[in-house]
Amino acid sequence: MYQFNYHRPSTLDEARSLMAGAEDGVYLSGGMTLIPTLKQRLASPSDVIDLGAIPGLTGVTVNDGTVSVGGMTRHSEVAASEAIPALADLASRIGDAHVRNRGTIGGSIANSDPAADYPAAVVALGATVHTTNRSIAGSDYFTGLFETALHDGEIVTSVDFCVPDAAAYEKFPNPASRYAVVGVMVARCGDCICVGVTGAGACAFRATALEEALAADFSPGAVDGVGIDHSEYNSDIHASAEFRGHLVGVLTKRAVATIA
Amino acid sequence: MEITLTVNGAAKTVDVADNALLVDVLRESLGLTGTHVGCDTSQCGACVVHMNGDAVKSCTVLAGQANGADVTTIEGIGNPDDLHPMQEAFRDNHALQCGFCTPGMIMSAIDLVQKGGGALDEAAVRDGLEGNLCRCTGYHNIVKAVLAAQSST
Repeated sequence: MYQFNYHRPSTLDEARSLMAGAEDGVYLSGGMTLIPTLKQRLASPSDVIDLGAIPGLTGVTVNDGTVSVGGMTRHSEVAASEAIPALADLASRIGDAHVRNRGTIGGSIANSDPAADYPAAVVALGATVHTTNRSIAGSDYFTGLFETALHDGEIVTSVDFCVPDAAAYEKFPNPASRYAVVGVMVARCGDCICVGVTGAGACAFRATALEEALAADFSPGAVDGVGIDHSEYNSDIHASAEFRGHLVGVLTKRAVATIA
Repeated sequence: MEITLTVNGAAKTVDVADNALLVDVLRESLGLTGTHVGCDTSQCGACVVHMNGDAVKSCTVLAGQANGADVTTIEGIGNPDDLHPMQEAFRDNHALQCGFCTPGMIMSAIDLVQKGGGALDEAAVRDGLEGNLCRCTGYHNIVKAVLAAQSST
């Protein structure tokens, strides 16, 4: 690791003020991506601002059909929560037990790794991302490869999810890292069907063609008639864009079969 | 900077660099070399310790993040004359070959069994040890040992 100044503020205001005063600062949440990145010298921030000692940013609470997850809530805690079983299932399959004991939802979605699991839920479960500055609709939050709508210095304080009538998350994990080669969250809420896809594109997105087909006929067979355009999908050593397109269909079917 | 943490029940104050890792504090500052560094990239789990009751990879925790924490290492769970039941089960089941992964395996397995409520089956143990690699590939006996320790505790 390169040298940096480590800070451990005890309030959000202090954290933002440290960030504003830093030459090239970075927030540290659970550190499950940032610390390996620092160790590989892929980043050289002047200041690391640890959010771990700020009270009030953890926990899962349920209110009137909304589940609110604090930004610093660890994956293991979401995995043990009961309000949205599909969200708990998603969290229980992130990385390994040690990663789930440290990694946080705020850190995950602030990083916007194209292969992270949570983004599928953020776009599929009508989420609202609350930050130190404002509230951002989940559908507007992810903007590109490792890019989000967050401004410099902004901190994710909580994420609200709508409790669906039914939902399921299916993923094809990389066997070594357990990152999603592709992950699909299907959620049904009344007549509304949401299909959130992670791993396939530059960032998580809703597969609207699949949603329309499933709204007309909520069955695995309805997926067969949908041509999945993989022209903008990721191609890397793990999978070609064409294979990822195939996985989107297969995983959507599996998720629908679980729900239907 | 100075950090204070509890390690194996004893309060310790250590002067560390801002970019020091928890595993550096344990091995270099405190001489607790039972916690191993295998891959140093968060994958192998040889460095697993308990921090505030959870198994974590100490190569992927900054020393500053452990300020005020309660840490337990392999040295804190038993000794040669009074092995922890998990250590006993590893010995009984020949669950170690070269032994390099063993401290991390045992610390992960203890956390797994403590949180498993006595309901772990073979699949749950294998899934729970996903973050620990054994390059001797001695997984069968490790899984047997964890299940045996669950029954004995």
